[in-house]
Amino acid sequence: MAAIAISEPAARQIRALLVQKGTPQGGLRVGVKGGGCSGLSYFMDWADGPAKHDEVVDEGGARIFVDPKSALFLKGTTLDFQTSLMQTGFVFKNPNVKTACGCGESFTI
Amino acid sequence: MARAIGIDLGTTNSLVAYVDDRNRPQVVVVDGKKALLPSAVHYRMDGGIEVGGAAKRGAAEKPVDTILSVKRFMGRGPGDIQPEDRGIYHFDETGSLVKLAVNHGKRSVTPVEVSAEILRVLKRRAAEHLSGPVGGCVLTVPAYFDDAQRQATKDAGRLAGLDVFRLVNEPTAAALAYGLDKRSQGTFAIYDLGGGTFDVSILKLTDGVFEVLSTGGDTHLGGDDFDRVVAERLLAENDLSSSPMLLRGAIAAAQKVREALTYQEMIEIDVDLPGGRILRAKLSRDDLEALIRPVVERTTETCLGALRDAGLAQNGGKKVDGVVLVGGATRTPLVRRHVKSIFGQEPLTDLDPDTVVALGAAVQADALDKGGRDDVLLLDVIPLSLGVEMMGGVVEKIILRNSTIPASATQQFTTYADGQTGMVVHALQGERELARDCRSLARFTLKGIPPMPAGLARVEITYSVDADGILAVSAKELTTGIEQKIQVKATYGLSEDEVERMLVESIEHAGEDVAERFLVEWRIEGERIIQSLESAFQVDGELLSPDERAHIEKRIKGLREAMTTDDYLAIKAWIESTDGASKAFAERRMNKHIARAMAGHRVDEFAGQVRPPDDQ
Repeated sequence: MAAIAISEPAARQIRALLVQKGTPQGGLRVGVKGGGCSGLSYFMDWADGPAKHDEVVDEGGARIFVDPKSALFLKGTTLDFQTSLMQTGFVFKNPNVKTACGCGESFTI
Repeated sequence: MARAIGIDLGTTNSLVAYVDDRNRPQVVVVDGKKALLPSAVHYRMDGGIEVGGAAKRGAAEKPVDTILSVKRFMGRGPGDIQPEDRGIYHFDETGSLVKLAVNHGKRSVTPVEVSAEILRVLKRRAAEHLSGPVGGCVLTVPAYFDDAQRQATKDAGRLAGLDVFRLVNEPTAAALAYGLDKRSQGTFAIYDLGGGTFDVSILKLTDGVFEVLSTGGDTHLGGDDFDRVVAERLLAENDLSSSPMLLRGAIAAAQKVREALTYQEMIEIDVDLPGGRILRAKLSRDDLEALIRPVVERTTETCLGALRDAGLAQNGGKKVDGVVLVGGATRTPLVRRHVKSIFGQEPLTDLDPDTVVALGAAVQADALDKGGRDDVLLLDVIPLSLGVEMMGGVVEKIILRNSTIPASATQQFTTYADGQTGMVVHALQGERELARDCRSLARFTLKGIPPMPAGLARVEITYSVDADGILAVSAKELTTGIEQKIQVKATYGLSEDEVERMLVESIEHAGEDVAERFLVEWRIEGERIIQSLESAFQVDGELLSPDERAHIEKRIKGLREAMTTDDYLAIKAWIESTDGASKAFAERRMNKHIARAMAGHRVDEFAGQVRPPDDQ
C-alpha cells in the first residue's frame, strides 16, 4: 500500500502547481512532525526531488514524497484538496487520528 | 573519469576551472584564447543562439536581442527589477517570473534559460578541454544572493545539464583559491571590483568553514566606470564630441590605455575610430589616477560599512587577517593602494583576480568530488532535522530534514512558570522525539526576560543554516528586544554512516517515541492546568459554590490519577473534561477582574480613550 493516497482534486492541484513553479520533476513533500496543540502536526513543502529513503507516490505526474518515519503515521491517509467558503487548501484525511484539535492541523494517534 | 568543475557565473564574464592531476586548479580557455567568456547571449532572428565574445560584439547592432548582465535579473519577479537595470530590454511581466522578450516578441526567455546558455558553453568547452564528460559542478553566487536568486542559479545549472553539487559564495571561493581555509582561523576581507559591480565581504574562518559576517556593495560600480571617464577625457582632448559610436571606440581605447598603465608609467598610442578618425591617446599613470580616483573612492564608505557590520570598525579596520582582491579592475595600482589604506595591510595578489573565484570553485568541486574534506558532510539539504528542547525534554523541530540549504525558520515560545526570567535554549539535531535521543549541538540561556505570568512572554527562536552549513540560533524576547545568539556547524563531525544510523533508529522507535512525546506533553499540560486552577481557588475561591468547587476538584483528582499512568489518551480526556468543568469559573473570574479594573470610572471614559483626539 502506498504511503499516502492522492484524491483526484489534490492530484490536479499538485500537477498545476508543479507546472506553475517550473519544476515538473519536483513534487510535494508531506509528513508529520511533533508539535502543534494536539501533539503531532502535518507539514508540506515543495521539493526538487525525492530524498534518500523517501517513498514516492506518483498519481499521473502529481508526485508526493514521504519520509519513512512520517509514512508510519500517514498509512491509510488520503491527501485531498477542498474548496469551501471558509478555506481552500490541501486536507489530510487520516484514519489513524484518535483526537484532533479544532483547526484540524494537529492530531493525536 | 568525469572531472568535477567550478564555474564563476559572472555579471560581465564567466569562467570554468578544474583541478588537474597534480592538484593544481586551472582555468579552461573558452573563447578564442581567453579564459573569460563574456556573459552575453544573442538570440538570432533565425533561431540560432550565440554566446560569449561574438554575442557581445554584436550587442551594438542587436541590443534588444543580445542579453548582457542577465545575472541582475536572476530570481527576480516583476517589480523587483531596478529601473537602471531595465536598459533597453523588453520585459514580459505577465507571469510570476520575469521574462525577456526578444526577436520582436516572437520569443521570450527567462533569465534562468539565458544563464543556462552561458553554462552550456562553459560545460562544452570544459568537456572538450578535458577530453571527456564533466562530473559534478560548483557554481558561485554573490554572498548577498537571496534564496530565490540562489535557486534560479541552481536551476540554470540543472537546465544546462550540470550536476550542481552546491553553490558557494563568491568571496568564499576566492578565499578557498588562496587556501585561506588551511589556516586555523581568521577574519578576511574580500574586495571584488569587477567590470560593472563592486562587492566587499567580510568572512570569518572557524574550523575550516567560512562564515559571511557582512557584505556591502554597489551594483553599478566597476572597471567600466574607469573606462568611461578615461574615454570621455580622450574624446575631449581630441576635440571630438561624444556620440555613442565614437564613445564606444574611445572606450575600447581607454581599456587598452588603462591596461598598459598597470605596468608602465606612460603611454602614447593612436587608435582608429569608426568613420576613419584617429584618436591620439597620451596619458601618464598620474593622469589616469587623477581621473579614476573619484570612482575608486566610492568604494571606501562601503568597505567601512561592511567592517562596521562585522563588528570590526575599531582600529581603523586593521582587525582583518588578510585581504583578497577579486575582479580585473583590482589590477589597477591605485585600487591596490586604496585597498591597502582601507584595511591597513597589503592585499593578496598572487592569483589572477579575474580567475580567482573560478579557481576556488574548482577547488571546492574537487574536494566535494573526492568525498569532502575533514569528513564533513557538505550537502545542499539539511541531513537531520534541527530542533529545540522544550519543557519535559521533548524536541520541537524548527528546520526539518531535507530542507534545502540555505534554510531559515522562526517559532515563538513562551515561559512555563510565573515570573520566569530565563530560558535555556538547547539546540538539537536528529529525528527522535525526545532530547535525550538527539544529538546536542549547543546550549545557551536567554536571560533578562521581565517577570510576568506564565505563558505571556514571547520568545522568538530563529534557526538559520547558511550556504556553508553553519547553523545560527538566536532567541529574542519580543517585549524587551533582548537577544542572544550562537553559531554551530550543523554537520560538524557527522559522517554519512552516523546520519544513516540516526535515521534508522528514528524509524525503529517511531511508535514509542511519539507515544512518549504525547505522554510528556499531556502530563505537562495537566500539571499546568492543575496549578493554575489551584492558584485561582486561592484568589477567587468565593466565586464558586461548594458544589461547583467539588465538581472541579473531582476532575482534578481524576486528572492527577490519569497522569500517574502512561495512558496519554486518558490524560488528554481528563484535561478536556477539567477544562470544560472550570469554564464557568474562568468566565466569572474574567468578569470580576474587568469590573475591578473599571470600578470608579464611567464607561464613556474608556470609550474616550479609543476615540480619535479631534473627535472629543
